[in-house]
Amino acid sequence: MRLADFIRFALLSLSAQRLRTSLTSLGIAVGIAAVILLTSIGEGLHQFVVDEFTQFGTNLISVAPGRTMTHGGSLGAINTSRPISIDDAIALRRAPYVQVTDPMIQGNADVEYNSRSRRITLYGVGHDFLQAMRLSVAVGEFLPPDDPRTARAFVVLGTKVAQELFGGENPLGARIRIGGERYRVIGIMAPKGQILGFDLDDTVFIPVGRALEMFNRDSLMEIHVTYDPTAPLAEVVAGIKHVLTARHGREDFTVTPQQEMLAVFGTVLNAITFAVGTIGAISLLVGGVGILTILTIAVSERTGEIGLLRAIGATRRRILLLFLGEAALLAAIGGMAGLTLGWSIAALIKLFLPALPVHTPWSFAIAAELSAIAVGLIAGVMPARRAAMLDPLEALRSE
Amino acid sequence: MIRLSTIERVFLVGDEEVHALRGVNLGINAGEYLSIMGPSGSGKSSLLNILGLLDRPNSGRYELDGRDVTGLGDDELARVRREKIGFVFQFFHLVPRLTAEQNIELPMVLAGIDPAERRQRLNKLLAEYGLEDRARHRPDQLSGGQCQRVAIARAMSMQPRIILADEPTGNLDRNTGQEVMALLEKLHADGGTLVVVTHDNELGSRAKRRIRIVDGQIVGDDSGT
Repeated sequence: MRLADFIRFALLSLSAQRLRTSLTSLGIAVGIAAVILLTSIGEGLHQFVVDEFTQFGTNLISVAPGRTMTHGGSLGAINTSRPISIDDAIALRRAPYVQVTDPMIQGNADVEYNSRSRRITLYGVGHDFLQAMRLSVAVGEFLPPDDPRTARAFVVLGTKVAQELFGGENPLGARIRIGGERYRVIGIMAPKGQILGFDLDDTVFIPVGRALEMFNRDSLMEIHVTYDPTAPLAEVVAGIKHVLTARHGREDFTVTPQQEMLAVFGTVLNAITFAVGTIGAISLLVGGVGILTILTIAVSERTGEIGLLRAIGATRRRILLLFLGEAALLAAIGGMAGLTLGWSIAALIKLFLPALPVHTPWSFAIAAELSAIAVGLIAGVMPARRAAMLDPLEALRSE
Repeated sequence: MIRLSTIERVFLVGDEEVHALRGVNLGINAGEYLSIMGPSGSGKSSLLNILGLLDRPNSGRYELDGRDVTGLGDDELARVRREKIGFVFQFFHLVPRLTAEQNIELPMVLAGIDPAERRQRLNKLLAEYGLEDRARHRPDQLSGGQCQRVAIARAMSMQPRIILADEPTGNLDRNTGQEVMALLEKLHADGGTLVVVTHDNELGSRAKRRIRIVDGQIVGDDSGT
């Protein structure tokens, strides 16, 4: 039998039962739409998170106190016996491939100007913070490259703080009070918006040495290190560990490359995508059961026809293939409808809920269509085998 | 052409063995026209099914065109049926969702004959059986006689040398039945081997050779006129 005839025969069988065909493929369509939609949201989320992180660059390494993976930690509670100091940050500049290092501490403080005051998250950083995090200043300049231990009392404001404290006034050169001390405003950051929940516009940046004193701490929260992007990461990490271990006498710190973090996030997010995809796959399974049911009915309804086909020369294999073909075609039609449906809903989400990240890679669509066909084939095996095993004579008599 | 030797066919009905055919010997030459007659349950349909390779005997030997087909596998039997035998059934057995021409074409489609060749044979068959203006009608839009004409055209599409007809007029009125018999007999006149199974004596007596079967045994083989 020629392939074109084979497909035409299957299509004719399906189109002879339009209502039945559309209802059965609807089952598959719903399953595929669910899979596509859920994995699209999962993949969108993945991309969203990756974008959030990579905007600081991917050649970033974070060095934090403590041996365990406590990246981020709780604000204001740094429980480590061995502090990481500003001197450590300066020493790390000597590690191989390192471009810049920047010490950082974060905390809450009151900022006051005239009679207005605002409680914000404050960052104590060095001059290289800007370069390390790929941020930029809108007006004025960033903290100067002073010796971090004896830095002058300058502050750079986030756009929101500048707006709230000064309104329309020009803040440059003004003196504000932070945690009771006086600082001179020398710059305003370009707006950045929220990054993973931290509002980088509602903050101020002061020299790290002064921040440590203000919070009465010895240890930094983190040192940001950037390295030559072409350098082998393992060597960069080894170099950093070597320098710090020499200074501390043991490895009581944690080195987390951005890339490693991305990989961890990637694994977690892929797991989420897979999990929601599986939920969608359950409805696909239900669609498969629909095909199984309808095909089983079709085989008993068409027993006479099967007998005739056998009498006029169709082999068992041919009968098996004909019914499998119908099942696969039914599922493929449903899959196509499901893709269209899923895509349309994804487009609608993009239109009405732009905040919810949705992304459908082509590979997902193709994989979904292939799995629809696979479900169809699997569902078709039992009825098709039944049809093929019918005795031609008995099948002919059934009519 | 066909040689049956000591064919036995036994069915199990419950615990009971029913002998549908007992030691049937039958030779059919190419171009013969014979009828198989007998009361219902006599084994005439069983005999036809064996002849048509739709059923296998429990014992005995069946030679078709000098080849022993008794022990052939399922797929091989299907192939022999496709190439050599055309069936005409009492209930037509047309596929309801296919048009007349699609039904006629079906054996050629299954055999993988190329579309141009199919079209050519199809046009010839449609003309021969007066079905040109019915080609695109489905069986439920055709009369009984037209259905049986479609079925005969289908049986002839693979140009078989043997036509097996099982009560071909059983589901038709008298006049239509006469027309259908005339068509079948024309196939014989054109050189085909025609075997008609019927319980109708009048119909059976039109054949040149008349086999009478009772209780699974051939009790008469009359070639006189």
